[in-house]
Amino acid sequence: MTMHEGSAGGPTDGSADDGALLRAVVLSKQVSSPEGTLTILDAVSLAVQRGETLAITGPSGSGKSTLLALLAGLDAPSSGQVFLDGVELSALDEDGRAEARARGVGFVFQSFHLLPALTALENVMLPLELADHGAPRPAAAAVLAEVGLGERLGHYPNQLSGGEQQRVAIARAFAAGPKLLFADEPTGNLDAATGARVADLLFGLNAKLGTTLVIVTHDAGLAARCAREVKLGGGRVVG
Amino acid sequence: MSPLRHSLRTFGREWRSGELAMLLAAVALSVGAMSAVALFTDRVRTAMAQQAGEALAADLVVESRDPLPERFVTEARAAGLGTARVTFFPSVATTEGASQLVEVRAVSAGYPLRGQLRVADEPYARGAATTALPARGELWAEPRLFIALGLEPGDKVRLGASEFTLSRVLDYLPDQGWNFIDVAPTALINDADLAATGLLGPASRVNHRVLIAGDEVATYKSSIEKGLVRGQRLLDVRDGRPELRNAIDRAGRFLGLAALVAVLLSSVAVAMAARRWSRREADAAAILKCLGARQSAVLIAYALIVLWIALAAGLAGAVLGWGAQAGLVALLGDLLPGQLPAPSLMALPGTLGLGAVVLAGFALPPVYALGRTPPLRVLRRDLTPQLGATLATVAALGAIVALLWWQARDPRIASFVLGGLGAVVGAFALIAWLALRALAKVRGRVGVAWRYGVANVVRRGRESVAQLTAFGIGIAVLLLLGAVRTNLLEEWKATLPADAPNRFLVNIQPAEVAPLRDFLVAQGVVAPRLEPMVRARLVEIDGVPVEKVTLADGRARNFVEREANLSWRAEPQDGNKVVEGKWWAGTPAEAEVSFEVEIAQALGLKLGQRVTYEMAGERVTATVTSFREVDWDSFKPNFFIVFSPGALEQAPATWLTSIHLPHERSRALLDLTRRFPSVTVIDTDVILQQVRDVIGRASLTVEFVFLFTLGAGVLVLLAAVQASRDERRFESAVLRTLGARQRTVLIGVASEFVTLGLLAGVLAVLAAGTAEYLLATYAFEMKWNPDPSVAAIGALAGVLLVGATGVFATRKVVTSPPVETLRRG
Repeated sequence: MTMHEGSAGGPTDGSADDGALLRAVVLSKQVSSPEGTLTILDAVSLAVQRGETLAITGPSGSGKSTLLALLAGLDAPSSGQVFLDGVELSALDEDGRAEARARGVGFVFQSFHLLPALTALENVMLPLELADHGAPRPAAAAVLAEVGLGERLGHYPNQLSGGEQQRVAIARAFAAGPKLLFADEPTGNLDAATGARVADLLFGLNAKLGTTLVIVTHDAGLAARCAREVKLGGGRVVG
Repeated sequence: MSPLRHSLRTFGREWRSGELAMLLAAVALSVGAMSAVALFTDRVRTAMAQQAGEALAADLVVESRDPLPERFVTEARAAGLGTARVTFFPSVATTEGASQLVEVRAVSAGYPLRGQLRVADEPYARGAATTALPARGELWAEPRLFIALGLEPGDKVRLGASEFTLSRVLDYLPDQGWNFIDVAPTALINDADLAATGLLGPASRVNHRVLIAGDEVATYKSSIEKGLVRGQRLLDVRDGRPELRNAIDRAGRFLGLAALVAVLLSSVAVAMAARRWSRREADAAAILKCLGARQSAVLIAYALIVLWIALAAGLAGAVLGWGAQAGLVALLGDLLPGQLPAPSLMALPGTLGLGAVVLAGFALPPVYALGRTPPLRVLRRDLTPQLGATLATVAALGAIVALLWWQARDPRIASFVLGGLGAVVGAFALIAWLALRALAKVRGRVGVAWRYGVANVVRRGRESVAQLTAFGIGIAVLLLLGAVRTNLLEEWKATLPADAPNRFLVNIQPAEVAPLRDFLVAQGVVAPRLEPMVRARLVEIDGVPVEKVTLADGRARNFVEREANLSWRAEPQDGNKVVEGKWWAGTPAEAEVSFEVEIAQALGLKLGQRVTYEMAGERVTATVTSFREVDWDSFKPNFFIVFSPGALEQAPATWLTSIHLPHERSRALLDLTRRFPSVTVIDTDVILQQVRDVIGRASLTVEFVFLFTLGAGVLVLLAAVQASRDERRFESAVLRTLGARQRTVLIGVASEFVTLGLLAGVLAVLAAGTAEYLLATYAFEMKWNPDPSVAAIGALAGVLLVGATGVFATRKVVTSPPVETLRRG
């Protein structure tokens, strides 16, 4: 339990005494547009248990990516709260949220988002160094070996194929041993065969390391490999 | 599709959306910087030339032995120029029982047009500046006339048929002359009194001058140049004293170089902004083609947009430049030399054209590539417009040559700078590339933020090499200018010590040499050195009369036509350097002669040739055995032509010397002129001060242009940051998503710019050192004294400048929220 629990009141306010690693409480996100205020996410509540795999699905514009951004503390909600491991993310400032991510959150993106200036090894070292890991270089090399890229450590992203880049991204996501891993359409930019191999890797590592996994996806096959699926429609949970 | 309509519509839309803002700003700022430099330096140059015009008391002088037609005055006045007439001739001033040779100088209202007269109430007292002139019936004279005739202010003196009241003592005349020949004390009278003296007989040796000054003097000069008849000649600032001419030439070269670098650095900024815009516009170009627009139509449309940019940015830049130069004038205030002339409107069309040249050279190639974007890009976004390396190089080189020409307007300097720049750019790019390779190897040893920063420098390899080259050259030239400027002043400080000669004593008769030397020693002058001088005319070269010798230029012709001052010496004068041939040992059996190297070149002389001089009916022939470089800045008596001892001793000679005599002891000069009445004393303090002023102002001007070059360098950095803005924003967001604190990202960015700045600084110091040596030795003809502190300051300034500007420019970009990672997919 965290220090936060004592001051956060009972279970209804979202504190993590039910064992949930991640909890969203009545999350809403509005943006202003020329046509007036637009509600992208409307009072979404959900909880993700430790070690659970959850797929967030829904058509384009249903609010999947916004929900992911809020859950990961990449953006601040208009109202509602997000608790990560008992800490209220939505109450922290930008740097506080960054620190929380550095300690316990990994990411895999559709477009890989590797830093082009850094080699595969250096990209994987990044989260380790940001989390003040004692020996980032051998640790990063070990994870890259695990995803089958032990021979490509010194390669730059533009020297790697899409599948290889995503494997580097997965290595980067798992390197610091996060409690929680967010994946945003992780196979969206890959062909079916490569996508399947990447998905195997993702779920394999997840099972091996006991990481909690939240995947945003269109891919029904990928969603089906998760223990639970939350369907969004028009900014609300519809299933 | 109508290319014109599309170009206007796109330009309008992009203008409103701010998409073109960076390119417009880059062009406008570069044109602004260029025109500000051009306008300001033009004004300072003109002001400097006008100050230097003191040597003539005008900007331009028409001179003749015969009276000058009134049209020179009326035409000059019609052109809005100031005019004055000066007539001077030798005559004799008399009192009851005494007489003295004088140079009568009759001046009209307005004299002097440049500089000021200084007058005093008693001989050899410090004078005060005045704008007054002798009233009718008054005569102002140099101290020597008072002494020679035993007169006090208020006494009467006669000139020809007229009597004058000797009312003031002349301390300084701007156009006093710097020729030591037949220097009789000047007697200044009013032009209106001249006729009544009856001294202007038909055979009189009279020099008639019309003095002209004003902004449009160059136009006036070219308008009258062709209509001059034999015997009439023009004198402008360049015909003035050689030490002043040297100062202005050097200053002009500094300014030209500094302005060129500002122009070229700005062009790099334009190229970067244009490239960014063309990449952003690629989708639109692909869609146009996809919808059926022909390539030529797309190309024309984009070329037209460049034209609209040239016009809009050129105008904005001209206004900016105009404002910037005015702002700088206001900022520098009374540090500027006197009243600056108004900026020339003529610079504006040139500035607009300059903007077009910059765009054609640096923006058109990426826009051309944009016009050739393949339509397939609508499906494959990786198909970006490909910039042809050959086209880009040729266009840029063409523009650089045009810009060099525009700025330098001197093929020698332009080609020197172009050649040097080409070599420097190549060397810089190579060294920068090697440095980046080395950097890539060491980055594993630094922390996450530094690794990110250093990795960015390495990854943006081409851009980094370009920036390193631009900054390196920018800083190098600033260092170079700084060091050369410092050296220049150092040199002046070295050549003008506190006890630099401040009096020339000329017209010393042979019998006076020994007693005068004793007199000077008694006055505390250490080992005065008296130089003999013989007036003679060159009559033959290798037995061929000079009239039949083909001469290189007008300077050589002037030299031949006038009597030259010869001297003889056992050893070369201090500050003279034999550059070819050998100085004689002792007294050679056959007469030998040494020529100053420039005059020897003008005369086409070779070692071993025999020259014959004629003096008072006697001829002396000598073999040319050496050429010398002469330090004219030393304020010691120097001669173009020096004979070996024994050759000229029989000729009629006078002696001269220069001494340092503190002002508090100037009463000693009264004793001197009483004991040696024929000796002429010339006060060089005033002239020295004038030279110092010109040098000081030249430095200030260079300092100013230095700031502009610095500004242009910053522009390049801003354009580079702007061009990488999207990348930086996204990468910062990724770093933040991975848990990096804002501070970590900022340190990463700072380390990138500090690394760039440090590399650029180090490269610049190396390059500046090399260029300094070459420039000092060959272009400015100075000894190179490297100053390590300049190098250290330069490198440090590079780091601070690039680091601070880079962080400032990127600070908003790097704070972009991490949610951007998701928005980019």
